[in-house]
Amino acid sequence: MNEASAIEIVVAVLLIAGAFFTLVGGYGLIKLNNPMSRLHAPTKAGTLGVGSILIASMIYAIDHTGGSLHELLISIFMFATAPVTAYFVAKVHVHRDRIGTPLPELDGGKKWATKVKADDQA
Amino acid sequence: MLMTYALYITIGAVALTMVLCMYRLLRGPYMGDRVLSLDTISINAVSLIVLYGMVNKTQVFFEAALLIAMVGFISTVAFARFLLRRDVIE
Repeated sequence: MNEASAIEIVVAVLLIAGAFFTLVGGYGLIKLNNPMSRLHAPTKAGTLGVGSILIASMIYAIDHTGGSLHELLISIFMFATAPVTAYFVAKVHVHRDRIGTPLPELDGGKKWATKVKADDQA
Repeated sequence: MLMTYALYITIGAVALTMVLCMYRLLRGPYMGDRVLSLDTISINAVSLIVLYGMVNKTQVFFEAALLIAMVGFISTVAFARFLLRRDVIE
């Protein structure tokens, strides 16, 4: 077995880290027993996993296909959209009362902003 | 050699994660969980396409990965919007 280059070792470590985080996200998705906890597992772990794999691909491209930073575009897009999707899924849970305990009452009979219908605001 | 093993281990782990997401997609129990697992499946598809490009030492799959990422985000938001309002475009 010949000597592995430094780039190969870095890429291998990043790939294994990405595989680990992705797997943890998937395992959390089936293991946790509460909808909000299940939301927490794959959004964070999945984003970290994809980030590691994309960085590994970028470093690998320097070595093999002439170098490109294309993957940076995907990772920026992922980091920008992952919180938005998590927010929308959390909002679905809140509106369908799947969060375990009900939301606390607000002072002065005000309603939670997310519970106010779009028609009431006009 | 080291990197080839790491590549195949990572592909196996991502594929296994997609199977776990499929289990949550089929079992539910709530609609929010199904939307979330579909989103996770699309994110895993992006990493699987990137890994396939690394196996073949090519950059042509980059556009496919970017498209899957965008379609996954839009469809997740549309699904959540539909569950919230029963109406995607008001």
